[in-house]
Amino acid sequence: MRVALFVTCLADTLYPQVGQATVRLLERLGHQVRFPSGQTCCGQMHVNTGYQREALPLIRRYVDTFADCAAVVVPSASCAGSIRHQHATVARRLGDHELAGRAEEVARRTYELSEFLVDVAGIDDVGAYYPHRVAYHPTCHSLRMIGVGDKPLRLLRQVAGIDLVELADAEACCGFGGTFAIKNADVSTAMLADKMRHILATKAEVITAGDSSCLMHIGGGLSRLRAGVRTAHLAEILESARQGNQP
Amino acid sequence: VTTFLGMPTAPRGVGHLRGSEPFPAAARRSLADAQLRRNLAKATSTIRAKRAKVTAELPDWEELREAGRAIKARTIAHLDRYLEQLEAEFTSRGGIVHWAADAREANRIAVELVQATSAAEVVKVKSIVTDEIGLNEALAAAGISAIETDLAELIVQLGHDRPSHFLVPAIHRNRAEIRDIFLRAMDGVDPGLTDQPADLAGAARQYLRRKFLAARVGISGANFAIAQTGTLCVVESEGNGRMCLTLPDTLITIMGIEKVIPTWDDLGVFLQLLPRSATGERMNPYTSMWTGVSPGDGPRQVHLILLDNGRTAALADEVGRQALHCIRCSACLNVCPVYERVGGHAYGSVYPGPIGAVLSPMLTGIEDNASLPYASSLCGACYEACPVKIDIPALLVHLRARHVEEARRHWPPGPEAITMSMAAWAMADPTRFRSAQAVGRLARVLRRRGTITSLPPPLAAWTRARDAPVPPAETFRRWWNRTHEDPDDLP
Repeated sequence: MRVALFVTCLADTLYPQVGQATVRLLERLGHQVRFPSGQTCCGQMHVNTGYQREALPLIRRYVDTFADCAAVVVPSASCAGSIRHQHATVARRLGDHELAGRAEEVARRTYELSEFLVDVAGIDDVGAYYPHRVAYHPTCHSLRMIGVGDKPLRLLRQVAGIDLVELADAEACCGFGGTFAIKNADVSTAMLADKMRHILATKAEVITAGDSSCLMHIGGGLSRLRAGVRTAHLAEILESARQGNQP
Repeated sequence: VTTFLGMPTAPRGVGHLRGSEPFPAAARRSLADAQLRRNLAKATSTIRAKRAKVTAELPDWEELREAGRAIKARTIAHLDRYLEQLEAEFTSRGGIVHWAADAREANRIAVELVQATSAAEVVKVKSIVTDEIGLNEALAAAGISAIETDLAELIVQLGHDRPSHFLVPAIHRNRAEIRDIFLRAMDGVDPGLTDQPADLAGAARQYLRRKFLAARVGISGANFAIAQTGTLCVVESEGNGRMCLTLPDTLITIMGIEKVIPTWDDLGVFLQLLPRSATGERMNPYTSMWTGVSPGDGPRQVHLILLDNGRTAALADEVGRQALHCIRCSACLNVCPVYERVGGHAYGSVYPGPIGAVLSPMLTGIEDNASLPYASSLCGACYEACPVKIDIPALLVHLRARHVEEARRHWPPGPEAITMSMAAWAMADPTRFRSAQAVGRLARVLRRRGTITSLPPPLAAWTRARDAPVPPAETFRRWWNRTHEDPDDLP
């Protein structure tokens, strides 16, 4: 089917490989991907820091850009959560009821990557090959804001060659929280310390998740400790395939 | 946007709703306390596991939560009516109702009621609301000593300390510390006291028995007040509360106005929700209920002080009023990754944790607790655990917006406001966004691969403990435009 990619400002700017992996994965599965160039940012950082007035033009931009798309795929549960649970609320709070109505419309057609693959495309084996020891961190917004449940794990379990290991206290927050990581850096770091302790205990070489932001946080901590564990977005793992053995 | 002008908030200079420093500074100190970290991690994980077990065994747990939410929403929507009904019923059964606009008025009423009995000492049931208003200090100023009878509250009181949890006020103390506190501050304690839990409880029991038998006035809070019959309800574990509620001649109950519920049927819902969410028990050991004065049994005089202290201001906030649904179970504290690491004192208010980060600023006005709504990573564990389904993350976001809106009234804007509006300006337009990305790529002049280990403020707070990524040579959108023929013209 035809899908529009909302790559997110973070992946666009700092993690282009996540957007590229998402595009290649979707194309490999037979979807026609478009990238509406008017897109920028969902505005979550502004909303969550209290700057709703500043977020409003970003929300309007998202809604306008994706208004005519049948399905929007976002490689971030957190941005998908903001689109689904904050856009209309913020618009309504600031008195723009027309935008709120349209935002609800677009939000209904916006899917986090694992949701799109499992619920819309109806697939859990994407034909990936990834011969590494991997721990999966279910991000807070994927679990508790949009409720993806075990969809990412169902996708990962079908990956050939993967050694998927159990992460203790997996559902605990990594401490990122957007500007929380700056405003409450000490508490954020204390939370990160426990997350890293559990990751290191798995002896995984790769930690994965559905959000680049949480991975930036976890990866930033692991890198500082020279822990020898790297991060990979869920899309990067699902996109990996055996050379010459593409489905 | 609603305006909140005109509704009085809890006054300054009385009670314990405001900390002496912002949350991040207080939190940093707590984080360095290894004993506190260990106690908190152990206590919260134990209660979390118990709670998960007893809520999972009820097939209708989600329906109960929804019922609890609906009852609270309906009650708060008609609060005036239920409060007047409560007053009428309580009065018709021999009780006396007093209305207190704020902490000062409630303290004055309570002190005068105690003075009328000429008692010099009162016994207290564990009550957060009396701590909210600083009642013990007000009584002390009038020469009346208030004895806390909840074991943990007693530990806190004798240790000249502050409670740090709704249900486990001394969660930050271990038993060796408790022994030292008892030896130092408990009248008539055996100097050979050990730090065995049974010994410590025995020492407290002996001390408290003397106090109960001598007490002429008891002071309590209330978990629920049933408007239907004017009945008050206290839920507890130790039985010390029941001693206070039944032995003295005079019983004074202080209650926030949001605690009223319409009927006994409604109580049935909350008595299932509260103990399971709070202590992870199917039912708490002691549930005391009293309806006015009973001839020949219990107190001869029962008073009820109905306290506002900022609650009407909270009610005026159409979004924020949800916070008044809270039944103080502390499930949100026990699941909160922030609370688990910093404990209750860092919040500076008697209401700590996620719900405290909402409730305290609503009662005091945002500017007096401006750092609290930011004391959360918005992970959502609190919302998931809340027995009355308060959407705490959404309320925190709402209060952050209220804080920013109030801050906008002052000129000049702070560095954060300037940064945020510049970022929004750049991101509101794709051309400007591309330019901003190009500026970001200038960081590559310094470093082309690996990670950035040091950034200027405010991002220095990030790189103190975490590396940052080096911007890539090519953004996603440049890659797309280079590799895809038809960038955005597909229908």
